[in-house]
Amino acid sequence: MLIINIVGVVLIALIVWWFWLYKPKEAALGENDLVITVENGTYSPSRIKVPAGESVELKFIRKDESPCSETLLIPALQISDTLPLNKLKSIQLPALKSGEYAFHCQMQMYRGQITVN
Amino acid sequence: MSSINTESGSSSCHEGRTATPPHDHHAHHHDQAGNAGLHELIIEGAGCASCVGKIESALKAVPGVENAEMNFAQRTVSVTGNAEAADLVKAVEKAGYNAKLAAAESEDDALAEKEKADQAYYKRLMKETWIALSLGVPLMAYALITGEVNVNTTTERIAWLIVGILTFGVLYFSGKHFFVGAWKSFLNHSANMDTLIALGTGTAWLYSMVVIFFPAAVPEQARHVYFEATAIIIGLIDLGLALELKARGRTSEAIKRLIGLQAKSARVIRDDKELDIAIEQVLMDDVVRVRPGEKIPVDGDVIEGHTAIDESMLTGEPMPVEKAVGDSVAAGTINKTGSILFKATRVGKDTALAQIINMVKRAQNSKPPIGRLADVISAYFVPVVMIIAVISALVWLNFGPAPAVAFAIVSATTVLIIACPCALGLATPMSVMVGVGKAAEAGVLIRNGEALQTASKISAMILDKTGTITLGAPKVTDIVVAGEQDEDTILKLAATLESGSEHPLALAIVESAQEKDIETGKVSNFNAIAGHGVQAEVDGKNLLFGNEKLMRERNIGLGGFVEKAQTLASEAKTPIYFAVDNQLSAIIAVADPIKEDSIAAIKRLQHNGIRVVMLTGDNRATAKAVAEKVGIKEFFAEVLPEEKSKKVQELQMEGEVVGMTGDGINDAPALAIANVGFAIGTGTDVAIESADITLMRGSLHGLADAIAVSKATLRNIKQNLFGAFIYNVAGIPVAAGVLYPLLGMLMNPVIAGAAMAFSSLTVVTNANRLRFFKAQEH
Repeated sequence: MLIINIVGVVLIALIVWWFWLYKPKEAALGENDLVITVENGTYSPSRIKVPAGESVELKFIRKDESPCSETLLIPALQISDTLPLNKLKSIQLPALKSGEYAFHCQMQMYRGQITVN
Repeated sequence: MSSINTESGSSSCHEGRTATPPHDHHAHHHDQAGNAGLHELIIEGAGCASCVGKIESALKAVPGVENAEMNFAQRTVSVTGNAEAADLVKAVEKAGYNAKLAAAESEDDALAEKEKADQAYYKRLMKETWIALSLGVPLMAYALITGEVNVNTTTERIAWLIVGILTFGVLYFSGKHFFVGAWKSFLNHSANMDTLIALGTGTAWLYSMVVIFFPAAVPEQARHVYFEATAIIIGLIDLGLALELKARGRTSEAIKRLIGLQAKSARVIRDDKELDIAIEQVLMDDVVRVRPGEKIPVDGDVIEGHTAIDESMLTGEPMPVEKAVGDSVAAGTINKTGSILFKATRVGKDTALAQIINMVKRAQNSKPPIGRLADVISAYFVPVVMIIAVISALVWLNFGPAPAVAFAIVSATTVLIIACPCALGLATPMSVMVGVGKAAEAGVLIRNGEALQTASKISAMILDKTGTITLGAPKVTDIVVAGEQDEDTILKLAATLESGSEHPLALAIVESAQEKDIETGKVSNFNAIAGHGVQAEVDGKNLLFGNEKLMRERNIGLGGFVEKAQTLASEAKTPIYFAVDNQLSAIIAVADPIKEDSIAAIKRLQHNGIRVVMLTGDNRATAKAVAEKVGIKEFFAEVLPEEKSKKVQELQMEGEVVGMTGDGINDAPALAIANVGFAIGTGTDVAIESADITLMRGSLHGLADAIAVSKATLRNIKQNLFGAFIYNVAGIPVAAGVLYPLLGMLMNPVIAGAAMAFSSLTVVTNANRLRFFKAQEH
């Protein structure tokens, strides 16, 4: 019984660490096409690094049929747009100050982050 | 950074592109840094990879083009530099292909494509549902009728093993997307609905297989299999997704209707030839012909002919509007009576209709502040549910009655299945989608979710007088003769005097003279006396036109005419004294007629408990008369434009949530400072930028409509949020088994699956009820 309880507590700790504490690597927005794929409930890559003070373009391609995935929101920038299925869609970002900007779908099940520095 | 560019310049999304000469990298880099003009063209008729070079070089030959790169796979070309889009299209056409601007790719096509994709997805979900339910339902029936889902004998083990394999088939065919999604997001350190469903059904199936293969590992009473639950849950959730997809389609009806207004083709005259071309190919300055009964394809100015145009689809204004040479026409409206030629002034994404569609779309996707809490919750939701599932399993294992393992598995599975982040996440956006669309149908453009929410709380509404309550087009109503000149002479002199001025009152006088076919003469020594009037010489006569103060300063005897002027003022008219050679010649009264439905609309606002206040730069007497006529008790007269925002603040300090309505031109600061700024659009010329809410129709009924729509939408959002919140808050503990110690009951995972599947459907359906919202009366 003790073992089972320890396993349970470890499991909880792992959930906390994996989903909240761990920071995945960021993909840098190179000059050429970094395409964010929307598929299977995720943006990939989901963490994008962009330079500060420069207007850049993010390219998305949605391969996920679920209607949840079709709206892209960047609330801090007042951007909301529709991603067509299987088609490249460019989102123009204004020049940004350093900081973190979240992007997600309407329901926040698909989540990503733009890090500006 | 430019080195990255060179490395990845021929990345997969440029497949099929001809090799780019080395110097192009430099050009590309320049584009990124300077963000010079960028055009995307869609090429038609390019069947082979060798066309690529031809098209690229044709484009590069256009003056101003820095670089042109074609993506053969997508049949698009990106052109950088400062060339005009029209020249690029022509160059491609000359090379033997068709091109259109990608930016102008029709909304119609996108919509049709989306519907096709949705339809295919729906069919797939329904197929998956049938596969899952056709295994799950008989299994459940068997379990319920016989009560036999135990695994003890070898025969039972073999029979259930076969069922287990069949269930795996269901998981594979009907539930694969949940598992793939869960795994992918797991790798991405995120969790979503897929995670919960995959974990829940996966646990149930795995446990059942353990019972079959290692019965000794579990106590005898716990040797149940849960294959029927697994299959039914997958089936029900697929069904829920399919029905939700259908219901979602209805939430975007309003935008579909707007997109449907767009014409598909246009008849343009180029090089003296009439051509029928696709709407995307119409360029600025093209001359377009529209016959009676046809849609206006793009925005423009009439250059020949006259007609009446039905603009109701954009403005809500039911009467057709007369158009003659010089008048502007808007895309999406319908030409009724005459044939016209017009010159395109705005095409593609720039037409008023395209902007309206764009604005409605943006607003539909934006979120009012009320939805933020739900967003915060849903960000943590799934991992928290997973933790609750683990805890509840541990509690059952430690303290539960025998068979503790079975209870632990059932409760954990049920918790995972019943939790529904979707309902919470959908609650706000679905209602906003329908509400904003509904408002657009009534000619009310709401900028974003925040404006929508605040509009529902407005307690005081400030109305500008001129152009808001009134038509904003003053007319001469009376000429009281005081000297020797007759009316026509007075009008002629006054109109001549005012012909150089742009003051609205001056325009009224000039227009009145034109209506009577009185020609104006020549004016000299024109002098505007700020805030008082004007002075000039006409035909050697010294003319003075202005208010009482000006006359007194110049020692002009007014006699009994001051009372006449006061009487006029009390009738909501603006009296102006007119003196010729220092002798009072007449009082000319100018009035701005009140819009037909202003009185009713103001009554409607007041009836809804809103404090209505009028602001005007006009004199007190005129202001009072207008206010009385329309039933406003509170008004402020002689308010300078820059003081308007101060009045807004004063009301805000009194604790009011203030709506400010103006024409959006000189009221911009007041509109910005108000809690909600309403701009009155003049016809189709949409003043989108300045206000939170734009009324496309001039009528003040739009205000009450806007407030009513926002209230209805907010109520709907609250119902949704409350429902979704309560559902999870009550459902999860029950699933975990908190009722067991009291009532001895534990929720069946199948029930949890059904609840989960229909909770988000309920939210979408409730949002759809908003479609039946009707603005009260007009």
